[in-house]
Amino acid sequence: MILMYLKAFLVGGAICAAGELLVLRTKLTPARILVGYIIAGVILSAFGLYAPVVDFAGAGATVPLTGFGHALAQGVKHAVEESGLIGAFTGGLSATSGGITAAILFGTLIAFLFKPHAK
Amino acid sequence: MAGMRIGMQTIALSTRPAICGNAAYAGKKEGEGPLGTEFDFVTQDELYHQDTFELAEKQLYLDAIRKAIRKGGAKPEEVQFLLGGDLLNQIITASFSARDLGIPFIGLYGACSTMAESLALGSMLLDGGHAEQVVCAASSHFCTAERQYRYPLEFGAQRPPTSQWTVTGAGATLLSTEPKAPVLANVTQVCMGRVVDLGITDANNMGAAMAPAAADTLLALFSDTRTMPEDYDLILTGDLGQIGHDLLMQLMREQRMPLPDEHYTDCGLLIYDRETQDVHAGGSGCGCSAVVLNAHILPRLQSGQLRRIIFMATGALMSLTSSQQGESIPGIAHAVVLESPAAGTLPLRPA
Amino acid sequence: MDKQRIHTNPQHYSWLTDQLSPPSPLGSGLFQAFWVGGLICMLGQAISDIGVHLLDLNARDASTFASISLIFLTALLTGIGVFDKIGKYAGAGSFVPITGFANAMVSPALEFRREGLVLGVGAKLFTIAGPVLVYGVGASVIYGLIYALFIH
Repeated sequence: MILMYLKAFLVGGAICAAGELLVLRTKLTPARILVGYIIAGVILSAFGLYAPVVDFAGAGATVPLTGFGHALAQGVKHAVEESGLIGAFTGGLSATSGGITAAILFGTLIAFLFKPHAK
Repeated sequence: MAGMRIGMQTIALSTRPAICGNAAYAGKKEGEGPLGTEFDFVTQDELYHQDTFELAEKQLYLDAIRKAIRKGGAKPEEVQFLLGGDLLNQIITASFSARDLGIPFIGLYGACSTMAESLALGSMLLDGGHAEQVVCAASSHFCTAERQYRYPLEFGAQRPPTSQWTVTGAGATLLSTEPKAPVLANVTQVCMGRVVDLGITDANNMGAAMAPAAADTLLALFSDTRTMPEDYDLILTGDLGQIGHDLLMQLMREQRMPLPDEHYTDCGLLIYDRETQDVHAGGSGCGCSAVVLNAHILPRLQSGQLRRIIFMATGALMSLTSSQQGESIPGIAHAVVLESPAAGTLPLRPA
Repeated sequence: MDKQRIHTNPQHYSWLTDQLSPPSPLGSGLFQAFWVGGLICMLGQAISDIGVHLLDLNARDASTFASISLIFLTALLTGIGVFDKIGKYAGAGSFVPITGFANAMVSPALEFRREGLVLGVGAKLFTIAGPVLVYGVGASVIYGLIYALFIH
């Protein structure tokens, strides 16, 4: 149990530190880095390389945006296995709908309840 | 006799238009900086009792203009032209203020060079006999500039060490041929800058994008007026920040016209305490040079502590569109030479 | 008039700019991103464990539950003006996890509310997060097609 938390911390931290390296040493903006991370997640997952990381580190691999890409890829894979070609279109968003819906819902809600703060 | 052009870019103003009103309205962070006590007004609330940050910036602009006119012993209806601009799309701060004031309005966009641009054009209007009294103004607001050029305020991103902090503030200056209040300074020469671009594309390094334009205008001014950097008590650039400041020094050394360290500084370095205020390379924005000139520099010219200075505001003439399309950032710099009305004006070196 | 008054060229000037522009400190930046990012992932693990052990969720639903909880937490911290301070300290440590995706949606919605409910909140929700969804979904569809046609 404790070991699982340690692994989540170390792997998740390492994935974030790699992103920070891109921030500090390239001109890439956060938006571009996020796009790169999600595509990287899809590709790694497609080659079967990301699932072992999830098994090893749990949330350390699913919480970073590469995990979002992994969820998209796995969703598509399972949907194709179930319903064929059409699954390529339905699987990705079905698997990630919880997160996307939450972000839309809470984003709208917060926009109504709060105001931006001066810095 | 009316003014005359000397050299290619410089105009000597023989009537020496007088600056007789000045006002600087600043935000909270600027108020906490080294110049905090010198501003006419520091708002503790970045919204300035308005509904939006855009309206807050407009109100600062309006209040600064009214204050400058009042300090110059005039009324708005006695002012023939308002020359000014700001950083927002279609310069809405300036034009919305002009709507409220009812003064004939000449809207200017020179990015952060607007304060010097408006002073230069205003002085020429007076020198040419086209007006007796004009007011010049420029402003910026951190919160309005940030959402237009960068990210939403609550977006959690890091700023690189080369980035600069947009000043919240508005500065206004009243120019007059027949001043009714004590003269703060006289405008003796103006030098309109060219657009210069040495290929910098990094929108987080504005100082580097603007420094070549600053060097270009300075070289033109020195050559046209046959002066040297040593002929001025102070050479003051608008918002080059630390990196632009260092680059300008280096460029001028390479052109064999080195700027003496003790006589050259930048408004972006004066307005904040860079050690404690977390502004990285310094201040920026139209408001930066506008409030530093009006609050900090003009009183020192009036007292004679400064005798002759070059006030040169620099601007980066890019837009979000040009940046996203990968274009480099063109820079511009306009300079005005200001002299103290106090006796004992600095003599020029014999030619 | 000589078009080029400053006798220098863009290559030299670009070199000069690099010399005079201070780089971000690497060590502290990486360390801050590492520990904050790691902590967020650990929190995700804890929420996921709560889902499995207390709410009887299966592993996949528990992972979704963790994502939703982190998104809610981020939205709240963004609203009260705390998340941008975490982001300033941690950089990629807070924007690479799902928290960054949430912050990228909440912060523009909040900022542009004055521009109205449709073109303000509704449209701006996706200014930063939109591309992430576009390319994520795009990549997954390509993978799905390849998988359906050649592998499955």
